[in-house]
Amino acid sequence: MTTWFGICAACLVGLGFYGVIIDPHPLRKLIAFNIAGSGIFLLFGMIARRGAVPGTNADPVPQALVITGIVVAFSATALGIALLVKLSEKSGRAPSAKDARDDC
Amino acid sequence: MTPETFFGALLIILISGLGLVSVAAADTFTAILSFFAYGILLSMAWMALAAPDVALTEAALGSGVTGALLLGARARLRNCPRARPTGPAVKAAAAVLCAGLSAALAAVVLLLPVPPPSLAPQVLEALPPTGLRNPVTAVLMVFRGLDTLLEKVVLLLALIGIYALAARPAEAVGTVTPPPLTPPAMAGPLAFLTRNLAPAGFIAGVYLFWVGADEPGSAFAGGALISAMVLLVVISGAARMPGPGRPAVRLATILGIVVFLSVGFGGSISGAGFLVFPPGLAKPLIVLIEVAMIVSIGATLAMLVAGPPRESKQP
Repeated sequence: MTTWFGICAACLVGLGFYGVIIDPHPLRKLIAFNIAGSGIFLLFGMIARRGAVPGTNADPVPQALVITGIVVAFSATALGIALLVKLSEKSGRAPSAKDARDDC
Repeated sequence: MTPETFFGALLIILISGLGLVSVAAADTFTAILSFFAYGILLSMAWMALAAPDVALTEAALGSGVTGALLLGARARLRNCPRARPTGPAVKAAAAVLCAGLSAALAAVVLLLPVPPPSLAPQVLEALPPTGLRNPVTAVLMVFRGLDTLLEKVVLLLALIGIYALAARPAEAVGTVTPPPLTPPAMAGPLAFLTRNLAPAGFIAGVYLFWVGADEPGSAFAGGALISAMVLLVVISGAARMPGPGRPAVRLATILGIVVFLSVGFGGSISGAGFLVFPPGLAKPLIVLIEVAMIVSIGATLAMLVAGPPRESKQP
């Protein structure tokens, strides 16, 4: 079963990077990037699970690295969103009723 | 088929499906909601991979707080800059490239060395002197303390970056309280939820940090839960976010790093080395650092999601 989680992780990485490349919407790019990132974390998790020795269920070192990774990914996402909001404020057009209907 | 295999297979199918929806959905709102659900299911996958500490962090941060940020951003991105839609040739090339990447990673997964390399024996051997029983907390706080310290610095840098982007006159920042995220309406279901959930949530956050020494749980998951409760109180209109210029708020955001560094340099001065805990004192020092960290994490996350104060449109 652990191996299948690894395969799933590999698919998520590819899926995420595909979204990053093809999606024209910047917020969607960020979501896709987070999916690619979570796929990489899941690979770590699968490798940690394989590293179980008697007395543990998994190798704690990759797990701790993933926890740090999730926090750093979150910080980068938060900063990316702030940059996007700033960019949309700077790009001029005042929000109109039409824009509000656009899914942006 | 054992129940474990069945639920594992179900999780993998749901996670892949929701990941696909998050990337391919026609509108952003659907994508964000799918990403929420994806994060929750991913934290169940972490449980299946025997990583309850990661599951808690993923559920709190990767899904919850990130989702709240994305929803807030969608509301503010009315006229967001859009690139031109991608052409079919680029799409096809990207699909080939990414399928190749996935295939290569899948091959790596299938060809991982047997027996698997593991640092678990070394961790188990070094665990008793630390006084902790949760090996993940021991790795985070003792063996790789520098990583955890720098991770806090990254979080603080993100906060500073976001407030710097708001570009307000420095003297105004301290005096202006950010407008409530929604108009005050301390009545109805939201008020009921806040009154009942927020106190329990605060206690649960502190509990998560406290058990982290021995059981799954950490200052991070606890801090994230506390920040969610702060946001719930702010959203319901029961209280306002304190202005970021207040000394108490600034102190709260840096407290974790300051205490962590002080303890680290204390180790240097006593001759043990930077971030090396003297034997016997390890657990009290770690608890001290985590108490400071949970304050900083709670404050920083709440401020990150609430965002810098904006010009108030109301009178």
